[in-house]
Amino acid sequence: MRIMIKKVGDWLDHRLQLAAPVREMAEHPVPRNTASWWYVFGSAALTVFMLQIVTGILLALVYVPSGAEAWSSLQALNHDVALGWFIRAMHGWGSNFMVAIVLIHMVQVFLFGAHKFPRELTWIIGVFLLLMTLGMAFSGQVLRFDQDAYWGLGIGASIASRVPILGPAVVKLMLGGPIIAGATLSRFFALHVFVIPGLLIGFVCLHLLMVLKLGINEWPMPGRIVRRATYEADYHALTKKDGAPFVPYAVWKDMFFAAFIILAVAACALYFGPFGPTGMPDPTVIQTVPKPDYFFLWLYALLSLLPPSLETPVLLIGPVLAIAGLLLLPFLSGEGEKSWKRRPIAVLTVSLIAITLGTFTHLAGFTPWSPHMNAWSSDPMPARYIEGSTALERQGALVFQVKQCRNCHSLGERGGQRGPALDSVAVRLTEDQLIRQVIQGGGNMPAYGKNLSPAETTALVAFLETLHPKGQAPARDASRDVALRDENQPAAKP
Amino acid sequence: MATKPAVAPSTDTTISRRGFFMKLGIAFNALAASVVAVPIVGFLFSSITRGRANGYLSWVPLGKVNEFPEGETRLATFRNPYVMPTDGKTADTACWVRRVAGEQFQVFAVNCAHLGCPVRWFPQSGLFMCPCHGGAYYRDGSRASGPPERGLFEYPYKVENGLVTIQAGELPTPGAAIAELTGEKPPCAS
Repeated sequence: MRIMIKKVGDWLDHRLQLAAPVREMAEHPVPRNTASWWYVFGSAALTVFMLQIVTGILLALVYVPSGAEAWSSLQALNHDVALGWFIRAMHGWGSNFMVAIVLIHMVQVFLFGAHKFPRELTWIIGVFLLLMTLGMAFSGQVLRFDQDAYWGLGIGASIASRVPILGPAVVKLMLGGPIIAGATLSRFFALHVFVIPGLLIGFVCLHLLMVLKLGINEWPMPGRIVRRATYEADYHALTKKDGAPFVPYAVWKDMFFAAFIILAVAACALYFGPFGPTGMPDPTVIQTVPKPDYFFLWLYALLSLLPPSLETPVLLIGPVLAIAGLLLLPFLSGEGEKSWKRRPIAVLTVSLIAITLGTFTHLAGFTPWSPHMNAWSSDPMPARYIEGSTALERQGALVFQVKQCRNCHSLGERGGQRGPALDSVAVRLTEDQLIRQVIQGGGNMPAYGKNLSPAETTALVAFLETLHPKGQAPARDASRDVALRDENQPAAKP
Repeated sequence: MATKPAVAPSTDTTISRRGFFMKLGIAFNALAASVVAVPIVGFLFSSITRGRANGYLSWVPLGKVNEFPEGETRLATFRNPYVMPTDGKTADTACWVRRVAGEQFQVFAVNCAHLGCPVRWFPQSGLFMCPCHGGAYYRDGSRASGPPERGLFEYPYKVENGLVTIQAGELPTPGAAIAELTGEKPPCAS
């Protein structure tokens, strides 16, 4: 049997002639201390990518990229096709894992100075791989042709439409027509299934080829400085003096981590299940609160929090600057210290970006900037705010609910957070200020003058005047007291 | 780098037969590529060029005038005039119809002028509110608060034979033809 296998192997290799180069690749020496758990993220990203290809092909066996049928074909995958839900869940979770691992890989590479000479091009191709991974995540979200996908495309189109001069043309190119419809889904299908994966495979091969040709980045030692003139000779000396063959010396950690990641994706898929689809992509159903997938939540938050005047410049110039910065990085810092212990600005930059993105993502989890559309009809008025109140104040509480004030203002920690909580508003604003604010709006509050009768305004303000903590008097306009006293006193004391 | 082979640089300006055919081959392929490029580019950009020729917008009836009570704002739906066989439900479009008085209407796109999420009408407070980024508009479509830089998009309308008809067919985004057809109104215009 063994002889037979060897014969077949020899026959194949006589024609393919791949055994020698493959062995050379596998056994190329790597610096000993790169056989580290810190060096496993690149191979993990490749593993998840391959998992995505497999699960993606499986999904394509059932999925129909048609505006009319995509949503129901996903329902069929979830409910009718055996284990369809699990393959969908694997693909969805695989996507989240892939974005996360690519980002972690990038941070590790940057903090270990692997983007420096001579690995600049490896970094640049890595930046394109990141962009393509994000492109896959976004286009994949579109293929889950549900309400979120539909309105997410609308947001994408609205952003694209802000490009000066070319905007409307870019929108039609993106949508494949005048509206978000069947043609839009078809072109995102082509992007997600043919164009971007094809590019990804090509770029991954280049990326790997360069890792092999240039050698894996050595473990950065504080004080070991990268210089263009000497680096390559130093690196070769290092791999000779303190090197070990990649297989089996370093590869076992990659293999362990790859298997762990595949199991982790499967576990998430099994426990959490597939993502959506949410409601049908029917634009006449407007009772929807669209939200992007996890890795675009920070953008959703940013779009809500930017001042209107800054929004278009930030949306159009920001990505260009960010991508240019990433591409130029190896040229701006191609030499010098590699160790993160001697690169405080690098560490601070990574921390700042991580904290910023983390904060935005966290905020997007509860969207304090959005009115709660149903708060006015569903959030009860805390009993303590109407206990012992007069008829007028109670009428005001009713106005407060019916006029949807609650959608933006919370009471007793329930209601919208778009405007300030009003539990102690009477301490902050006097009666006159309350009336002015309600009628004229201002400070991002709409004016309600046209939608409240004088009686309603009086009742509402009477209610708001009761909203102050026990033992803390409501705000009063001192001059008003004086004015009222002066008005009354002359009559009493001529 | 290996040194160049010791062939003296040729001062001969004539080209060899092989060299000539090689260049001819390149030129022939360039010609073939540009011939094929014309239909490819034309196909790729067809969704833009059709819009230029104004092939998207047309007049669509929304319903009878008396289906819209005076002084109220109602949701109406219509089928987009430009439809492809695979569009399914996505070609159905919603819009907010406000009958100001008599035959005077305002027809708003449901798409928020900020980033296109569907705004909802709250008759009690007389506001349109957006669920995404917190934009709000008054009953006349003018901006009330939040990130939008302008009022709601308005479809041009006319009343014919008792039918409210609007000119529609494109996703309303800033810069789209629909946004140009009706200019932005001053705030609190009504």
